[in-house]
Amino acid sequence: MIVADKKPVEEIIDYVKDSKKILILGCNECVTVCEAGGKKEVGVLASTLRMYFLNQGKDVRIDENTLERQCDHEYLEEIRDVADEYDAIVSLACGVGVQFMAEKYHSIPIYPGVNTCFLGATEHRGLWTERCQACGNCLLAVTGGICPVSRCAKRILNGPCGGSSKGKCEINKDLDCAWQLIVDRLKALDRLEDYEKVCEIKDWSTDRAGGPRKVVREDVQI
Amino acid sequence: MRLTYPTSIKIVRVPCTGKVDVIHMLRAFEKGADGVCIVGCMEGDCHFKSGNFRARKRVEQVQKLLNTVGIGGDRVQMYNLSSGEGPLFAKYANEIHEKIMELGPNPIKLKKSKAA
Repeated sequence: MIVADKKPVEEIIDYVKDSKKILILGCNECVTVCEAGGKKEVGVLASTLRMYFLNQGKDVRIDENTLERQCDHEYLEEIRDVADEYDAIVSLACGVGVQFMAEKYHSIPIYPGVNTCFLGATEHRGLWTERCQACGNCLLAVTGGICPVSRCAKRILNGPCGGSSKGKCEINKDLDCAWQLIVDRLKALDRLEDYEKVCEIKDWSTDRAGGPRKVVREDVQI
Repeated sequence: MRLTYPTSIKIVRVPCTGKVDVIHMLRAFEKGADGVCIVGCMEGDCHFKSGNFRARKRVEQVQKLLNTVGIGGDRVQMYNLSSGEGPLFAKYANEIHEKIMELGPNPIKLKKSKAA
């Protein structure tokens, strides 16, 4: 899932301090799971902003809504009839949702309520770690299901490097060396011969190096 | 025992302080409460293992938010005691009452009544 973190309330207040009608718009997907932009967080932010404006002596209307997703046309259409009532929308969706909102409702300022961080997994409640950099050319099949692109600080494809010590990375003693994990995993799978294969230079044109990307699937297009 | 505590305090019963969420405390202030006091079981004695620790963390979050919006984080406080400590409950109730009296009314309540 896409992992995001809450923005400081002060920053959000600064965005909307001159607005009179504000919609706080949450997303029911990834940001709900990582507790940054779901219905609950929408309620907390809306309540905080209401108290802030009341305390400032300002009469500001703050409404709450949470859409199933903010990265699909049909869900964004749900606020079509009411969107014009607001002079600011704070979207607690990931960067995708905020941008899609801005594209769809181009006359209303859309402000981000979270910082979008990475594609990751929930290790346990309150701890999310990166697992994928969406490089567009997955090589997990040969690395035992552990990604050197996202989990190795150097993104090296034939590791480990000289900075690997006792299974940890030189940049942080708490960070596992991805290549140590790969070797251990291949050993457990009895596939150490895969480690001997030299990985050829990766085609990075499917990564960000090729500019903004798109996936076209004519087979599913209507 | 016939202990007394200030009549200004309204008790909201919950199954465990772990049930009390940030939004519940914020809503209380939004509606004009002058202070909120969360009274949980002794640390380590939670029937649900970590409910009172969760509550403490949420109280800390609310304190930060209240400081940010200018209402004052001192208005919310967490206490721990066992259900057999009636006198201590009365003492804490008096303590929070005095503290809130010192801080004065919730500024939002004043602004709301002025606007009305």
